[in-house]
Amino acid sequence: MSAATTAAEPAEDIIQHESRAWKKLKTNKSALFGFVIVIFFIVIAIAAPILPIPDPAATDWGAVRKPPSAAHWLGTDEIGRDILSRMIWGAQASLLAGVVSVFIAVLIGVPFGLLSGYFGGWTDQAISRVTDALLATPFLILAIALAAFLGPSLTNAMLAIGLSAMPIFVRLTRGQVLAVKTEDYVEGARAVGLTHVAIMARYILPNVFAPVLVQATLTVATAIIAEASLSFLGLGQQPPAPSWGSMLNVAKNFMEQAPWMAWWPGAAIFLVVLGFNLLGDGLRDALDPHES
Amino acid sequence: MRIPTADRIIETRSLTRRFAGKTGLFRATTFVSAVNEVSLEIRRGETFSIVGESGCGKSTLARLLVRLLQPSEGSVLYEGNDISTLSEGDVRRLRKDLQFVFQDPFSSLNPRMTVGALIEEPMRVHTRLSRTERRRKVAELLSKVGLRPAFANRYPHEFSGGQRQRIGIARALASGPKIIVGDEPVSALDVSVQAQVINLLEDLKSEFDLTLILIAHDLAVIRHMSDRVAVMYLGEIVELAPNDALFDKPLHPYTRALMRAIPIASPHGRTMDATLTGDVPSPLAPPSGCRFHPRCPHATDLCSAQKPAATEAGDGRMVACHHWQKIAEIPEVFAQEPPRNQTAAKRFALFRERSQQKEPTTAASK
Repeated sequence: MSAATTAAEPAEDIIQHESRAWKKLKTNKSALFGFVIVIFFIVIAIAAPILPIPDPAATDWGAVRKPPSAAHWLGTDEIGRDILSRMIWGAQASLLAGVVSVFIAVLIGVPFGLLSGYFGGWTDQAISRVTDALLATPFLILAIALAAFLGPSLTNAMLAIGLSAMPIFVRLTRGQVLAVKTEDYVEGARAVGLTHVAIMARYILPNVFAPVLVQATLTVATAIIAEASLSFLGLGQQPPAPSWGSMLNVAKNFMEQAPWMAWWPGAAIFLVVLGFNLLGDGLRDALDPHES
Repeated sequence: MRIPTADRIIETRSLTRRFAGKTGLFRATTFVSAVNEVSLEIRRGETFSIVGESGCGKSTLARLLVRLLQPSEGSVLYEGNDISTLSEGDVRRLRKDLQFVFQDPFSSLNPRMTVGALIEEPMRVHTRLSRTERRRKVAELLSKVGLRPAFANRYPHEFSGGQRQRIGIARALASGPKIIVGDEPVSALDVSVQAQVINLLEDLKSEFDLTLILIAHDLAVIRHMSDRVAVMYLGEIVELAPNDALFDKPLHPYTRALMRAIPIASPHGRTMDATLTGDVPSPLAPPSGCRFHPRCPHATDLCSAQKPAATEAGDGRMVACHHWQKIAEIPEVFAQEPPRNQTAAKRFALFRERSQQKEPTTAASK
C-alpha cells in the first residue's frame, strides 16, 4: 500500500462529506422555505437602519389608525406611527429575544443535562431535583419573576426567558443521554481508553444533538411570544422602541377599528415561528447520517 | 494445572461480580452473582474460549477481564499485575493492550464518526503518531481486515454487518493490543459471513501475536478456533479443557448435554433424547451445592448438599463435578455424521479451496 494512493483518496471524499448535510437541506423544499423565511427576517432586521423607512417612533397626529395606503404601506397605529417601520425595527427585538434567549437556555441546559445523564448518581439527583423545581413553576411566571427581579430591559428579558427555558433542555438532554449511554459504542469508547470528557464530546453530544436542535427551534417560537408578553407588562422592550409583541398587545384594543394593527405583527410572528420550525425539521433530517 | 508465570498473560483469582437486583426503601437489596468465584489462567498467544448458554455470565466475565466492569471480589492479573485496583487513568493506559470486539456490529460503532476516524481514534489516544502516519495506518488496517482503504471516509451505516465487524476488528487492532476479547464477535452475523470473520481473526492473531479470548455460544465456532475452552454455567466454570479433549470426551454432565445439543446435518445420526430439561435456575437464588444439580441426570444428595471443587482431571483439564470419574465411564455416543460419499467429499474439498481465496474486494484494492 503506497502512501500516495491513501492520501489522494480521502481528500475528495472529505469535501463531499462536508457538503453532504447542506446538499440534503437544499433538496428538502420545506426546509428551504423555512430557511428563506428566517433569512428574510434576519436580513430586514439587520438592514433596518439603512432602509428608506420613517422613524419608528415618529408620531403623526394627522394619520392615526389609518389603513394600509401608498404613504403607509402597512397602515399606522393609534398614535400615527408607521407600522411598516415599526415591524422592521421590531424584528430586531423579536429575533434577538428568540435566538439569544434560546442560546442561553441551550448553553446552560445542555451541559447540565449531559453531566446529569452521563454520571448519574448524586450529580444526577442534584441536577434533576433543581430542574424539577424549576419545571414546577410555569414558564411565563418564572420568566416574569426573573425579569422583574433583573429589571426591565430587553437584555434582562432575554436572560429571564433563557433561564426559564433552560430546564426543558436539561431534561431533554438528560433523557437522550440516558438512551445513548446504553449503546455499545459508548462502552466501546471506554474500551478504547477515552476520557469522560472525550466520550461526552465525541460520542454522546453528537448523538443527542438532533432532538436538542429541534427543541431549540420550537423554543425560539415560544421565546418570541414570551418576549411579547414581557414587553406588554413593560418588562421587555422599552417604549417607544418597537417589538412585535408590544405592537400586538396594543393592537388588541383596536381590533374593531384598526384590525391591520394586529394582522402584521401576528403574521410576522406566525411566519418566523413557522420558518424556524421548518428549518429545524429540515436540519434534523439533513444531519441524520442514517437518512440518505 | 498451573501455567508457568512467564506464559500467563491474564489470570483471574476468585473473580466475582454481583449486580444489585431490585432495590427499594423498604426492601432488602437482592444481588445476582453474574460471575461467581471464577479462577482462570490464560496462556500467552492462545485462543481461549468461554462457552455457555444465555445468561450464564460469559459477557460479564469478558468485561471483567478488560475492566470494563469492576469486580465485586477477587482480582484480575494482567502480566502478573492486579488491574482490578488501578486508577482510572492507569486503566486508560492499559486499554492499549486490552481491546474488545463487541457482539452487535450495528450498535458498537458511533454512527456520527467516519470509519477512518473510528479506527484512528485508538492511535490518537495511545500513540504519538502524526496525522499522516495515522492515516496511513488506518488504510493499512482496513486492507488487513479486507476492506478498501477508501472506505475510511464513509459512515458505519453504509456497511453490512460483516463489514462493520471488520471495522470493529480494525479499530481493536489500531492501538497494537496484546489481547483481544471478543464478546460473541460473530453471533450477530450471517453464517456465511461468520466463517470469513472467524478466519480473519485467526489470520490476524498469528500476524499480530495476539491472545484471543472469545465468548461464544456456538460450539461449531469454538471447535474451529480454540486452543482451550471453558464451559460456564450460572456464573461458574464447570469444565475447562483443551479443545479436542473437550469435544472428544466431555467430562461434566453439563458439557455433555451441550455437546448433545449440537445440531448435525444428518438425519440418521440424530437422537430423540431430551438433552436438558427445565430452565436455567434464577441466578437470584442459585441452587445449593452444585449449581447444576436440579437439571443433572446424575445428581445425588451429595450434589445438592456440597459444592464440588474444581478438580484436575489430567491432560490440563479441570472439572467441577462430584461424580466426573463415574460419569466418564458411561459411554456417550454422540451423533456422528455418516462418512460422505466420494462425490460429496470432492465437492466439499473444492468448496473449501474456493472459500479460502480472498474476497474480490480485497484483491481489487491491491
